[in-house]
Amino acid sequence: MKEIYLDNAATTKLREEVKQEMLNYFDVVYGNPGSFHGKGLEAKNAVEDARERVAKLINAKSREITFTAGGTESINLALKGLAKAMKDKGNHIITSRAEHHAVLNTCEYLEKYECCEVTYLEVDKYGMVNPSDVESAIKPNTILITIMYANNEIGTINPMAEIGTIARKHNIYFHTDACQAAGYCDLDTEKLNVDMMTLNGSKVYGPKGTGILYAKTGIQLVPLVHGGGQERNLRSGTENVPGIMGFAKALELAQTEREYEFNKLTKLRDKLVNGILESVSKTFLNGHPTQRLPNNANVSILDIEGEALTLYLNEYDIYTSTGSACTSQTLDPSHVVLATGLPYEAAHGSIRFTLGKETTEDDIEKVLEVLPGIVKTLRQISPVNVAVEHIVEARSKK
Amino acid sequence: METEIQTQSKLNIHPDVKAKVESKKWFYTDTVKDHFFNPRNLLINDEEGEQYSKNADAIGMVGSPACGDALKLWLKIDKNIDKIMDCKFQTFGCASAIASTSMLSVMVTENDGMKIDDALKLKPQDIIARLGNLPSRKFHCSVLGDKALRSAINDYFRRSNQNNRIVVEGARIIDPETKTTDKDIEEAVLEGALNLEDIQKKLKVGISNKAVIPAVEELIRFYKEKYFG
Ligand SMILES: Cc1ncc(COP(=O)(O)O)c(C=O)c1O
Ligand code: FES
Repeated sequence: MKEIYLDNAATTKLREEVKQEMLNYFDVVYGNPGSFHGKGLEAKNAVEDARERVAKLINAKSREITFTAGGTESINLALKGLAKAMKDKGNHIITSRAEHHAVLNTCEYLEKYECCEVTYLEVDKYGMVNPSDVESAIKPNTILITIMYANNEIGTINPMAEIGTIARKHNIYFHTDACQAAGYCDLDTEKLNVDMMTLNGSKVYGPKGTGILYAKTGIQLVPLVHGGGQERNLRSGTENVPGIMGFAKALELAQTEREYEFNKLTKLRDKLVNGILESVSKTFLNGHPTQRLPNNANVSILDIEGEALTLYLNEYDIYTSTGSACTSQTLDPSHVVLATGLPYEAAHGSIRFTLGKETTEDDIEKVLEVLPGIVKTLRQISPVNVAVEHIVEARSKK
Repeated sequence: METEIQTQSKLNIHPDVKAKVESKKWFYTDTVKDHFFNPRNLLINDEEGEQYSKNADAIGMVGSPACGDALKLWLKIDKNIDKIMDCKFQTFGCASAIASTSMLSVMVTENDGMKIDDALKLKPQDIIARLGNLPSRKFHCSVLGDKALRSAINDYFRRSNQNNRIVVEGARIIDPETKTTDKDIEEAVLEGALNLEDIQKKLKVGISNKAVIPAVEELIRFYKEKYFG
């Protein structure tokens, strides 16, 4: 059976071009960029070239780019690094309830160990942050606003530029977690009005464990990792040269192709969503109907539990993900889906399909062919029969 | 199948690791997979199912879909010999919940049925052993089936005027090291300890015996939903 990988929000397959680009830096240009000889210089030049190319893609300066080991590390550096550096100026951070755990758990850490105060903004029924809520949450001790560009679970794209304008007006730093947006959205830091931005390679067909933090000139950050002083002392440790080169290449390709991919995937995604909503009763789309990532289809299917559905699809070699209780360590349903005002019983039946470069129309048709039967089977053995009106009502209160 | 279960239980490694090691493309044992895809004794939502439900001698229900699991179990009981003759179930739950309830239904009906007194002695661990193990965080899924069975048996006692035999729920030891029972957790939740951290501050449950944490979390969630919904 052909494998149908619809979990591209979890990670993507490394592109052939990226793999080829990286190979050279394992055993040809293998020097340590910090070494004072030809072999080292060769590697240093490669890394600096990658830095410059990445900077250009996001309309930044190369000294504003720090290479890290992925999205989580970049977010930790941005949040903890800034909180520590600005300890004397303030301690209040504004974020939202729908952020990735990398942000939420870092905020929780800061509350617990760094005496920070965090405001977790509610999101609307589509999972979107309202810019005026951001503005009203600002206090004299606010040092940072951190709001994700696009949501990893439900795909909703936040109004970046508007939030950025507010941050600028009040002279507060604005960080965005743009991990999921990098393949489809404009990353121009000037247009977005962002001061810091997190990106990772793993979501754009690049290598896992790679990423950057962009931090505008003038921002002081206290490093998390101490040692040899690499990356302008912000992130010590010998550079992951193949990873850095792969990341730069992947981001370049992703940004060049983003409009084409956006249009192509939107069509496929809409076919999938409409197909599900038409062929399976008691289903609805999670996330924003239009302001969303082109590759994300997150639907709630009432009366069944997400993990069981995922495992049935797995039997057809269709790989998806669920925010259901049963897949997470906490056994709670997705915090994002709950934040959109869905009651627990509907949140448990949410399933996420995230399309990618290699997704074809046939793949979508295959899903649409098998899904109704699986849902029927699971509903036949379910003692639950939730009224759709109940869900609609719960949501309309949002 | 039997022999396979035996060889599996000899492997003395952490269940989470084991589930990973043994699956190529699957997270659970073959027995779990078998019972998940071919659940035994299901009650299908149709006319026949409705008829069965009407004629059952007892019904048990646990959980709520709001907290992710709901389970309904029907029994047919031969009063004269005090044995479970037939059992059917429905579930809204994950693969482990479906598989463990299916296995439970087999266990109480095989070999001409199980004596009620023996059924009351069944433990979630017995179901897990027959399934050839579950990952530890999936432990609570088997607890559900066990609870539904108890609730159904009590229903039978009630219906057959054997009130003296009704087993009052609760006071089941969750953590043998600290002697914490589900009642203790229920009370702690009522007193406002709504997460594991707070519960542990109060009861010290699962601090040295980490294996019980999933069961504790399930109880917290259950009581939280029950009282604070
Ligand atoms: C929105 C978002 N932020 C952060 C991360 C964390 O990135 P990484 O896994 O590279 O650390 C991810 C991916 O898991 C993500 O989707
Ligand atoms: S029923 Fe929730 S994890 Fe199994």
